[in-house]
Amino acid sequence: MNRTGFLYDQRYLLHDTGPYHPERAERLQAIYEGIQKAGLLPHLNMIKARPVEMKWIQTVHTEKYIRRFEELCLAGRRTLDCEDNQMCPATWETAQLAAGGVLEAARMIMADELDNAFCAVRPPGHHAESGEAMGFCYLNNVAIAARYLQMEWGVERVGIIDFDVHHGNGTQHVFENDPTVFYYSIHQHPSFTYPGTGREFELGKAEGRGFTKNSPVLPGQGDEEYRRLIKKDLLPAFRAFAPQVIILSTGFDAHRDDEMADMRLTTEGFSWIMRTIMKMADQYAHSRLLSVLEGGYALARLPELAANHVSVLLDMESAAGGAD
Amino acid sequence: MFVSRSMTRKVITVNPGDSLLEARSLMHQSKIRHLPVVAADKRLVGIVTDRDIRSALPLDPGKGQADDRARERYAQLTVADVMTPDPVTISPSHTLEDALLLIQEKRVGAFPVVDQEGKLTGILSVRDLLRAFINVLGIGQPGTLLCILMEEKVGQMKRIVDAITEERISFGSILVARYWEEDKRAVFPYLLTNNVARVKKKLRDMGFTLLDPMQWYLDQLPKSD
Repeated sequence: MNRTGFLYDQRYLLHDTGPYHPERAERLQAIYEGIQKAGLLPHLNMIKARPVEMKWIQTVHTEKYIRRFEELCLAGRRTLDCEDNQMCPATWETAQLAAGGVLEAARMIMADELDNAFCAVRPPGHHAESGEAMGFCYLNNVAIAARYLQMEWGVERVGIIDFDVHHGNGTQHVFENDPTVFYYSIHQHPSFTYPGTGREFELGKAEGRGFTKNSPVLPGQGDEEYRRLIKKDLLPAFRAFAPQVIILSTGFDAHRDDEMADMRLTTEGFSWIMRTIMKMADQYAHSRLLSVLEGGYALARLPELAANHVSVLLDMESAAGGAD
Repeated sequence: MFVSRSMTRKVITVNPGDSLLEARSLMHQSKIRHLPVVAADKRLVGIVTDRDIRSALPLDPGKGQADDRARERYAQLTVADVMTPDPVTISPSHTLEDALLLIQEKRVGAFPVVDQEGKLTGILSVRDLLRAFINVLGIGQPGTLLCILMEEKVGQMKRIVDAITEERISFGSILVARYWEEDKRAVFPYLLTNNVARVKKKLRDMGFTLLDPMQWYLDQLPKSD
């Protein structure tokens, strides 16, 4: 069994997006309960959230944006940059706790206190650009974590895998010129879903060319197509890149019951993806794997998806078991 | 949507008497495929395309059986020898729609833009048109495209727009395409949001059909006769 960390904090529920928003506190509650009911909590090392230090936010976001986010949030504004990004007065603090919790998980993995970790955080991060909130995201947790690993721990090659059903435009843009961070994303084809980026020919820029890879998936596809694309695109790329740490943007919204998009992955399909990623982490990254929650909105499915995700991280899959 | 707004103003040109080999290098260096040919008074007299040059000059005159004489012959070729005289042109006050229809009809890749005196003022290529339409479609902005089947009668579009507006979602663009059933249209609203599950359900509840994304099309190929 692996030493797996689990980041969860009641304060992540305080980011209130209003009564009709899909990115809501119940998502995290469903995830927590799923893990609890599967009997996995005793096997997990709980991680406490703490606010992120400003210097780490600044490695990804512009000074101007950080100030705007803080000021508008504390002034009681209900949205940031776009109607999608609903705020409440606690949003700024919650976002800092999310990023800070992820960095704490990263620290524990690097200090060899953990093999891997699942960070059940809100708000999510992968759409957040350096100077703009987008797609329910304010601070780009995964991008901040990658910069932290580079600067605090001297990690030379960070591999990011994003299997949220939406392309992580923010993360891609932060690292598109950077050959030391490989960004791979598999998502619904951008002509059919938000945010409209992540096309096959987006491969990075300048020195970073060849260190971004996208696998757009056509609507209606499921497990088989994901397996095919991951084998064809991700495995060879990471074999060549050999990341020293792998960060996951974990989204559960490609599930067949999730209405945010038109993908048809089964719960077992997600487990296959995770097992495949675990093997890569073992092979290249001394098992160092940091999973950070992004999307996933099917409240009825999140408990089993989260439980399966964590049991793969723990390497004790029989404990949970899928329902498909 | 006037040509003058979308055309490239800095046009690289050649004169009729220029060497064809030089015109070819100019094309390669500038990464363009159309060279307007102008007379001394800036009047447009022709156009040379990369295709004209490919048919007139072998890929590498130094290779194969080519001897000095052949090379000399190629060196003597001028732009005037291969150019299309009096090419199809367009005026700065034409619209982009005019250009689209003309491109389809004349099967050309670019139009020299000439003013009333016949002087060259710009060039409008398929690339320039595409850029304009990428902008119109709003693909540069983050959003989600839907496809709604709508009966072709007054007021339907308003219902769709109202329903989406009530969800406080902004529009990037709306395209309306013909559909294969008579009296039906396919409406493609591009919504500037990630949050579409709710509005999709709402539209279905209102009786609209949301088409399976794999069935979407903007265009059907013309039937071959």
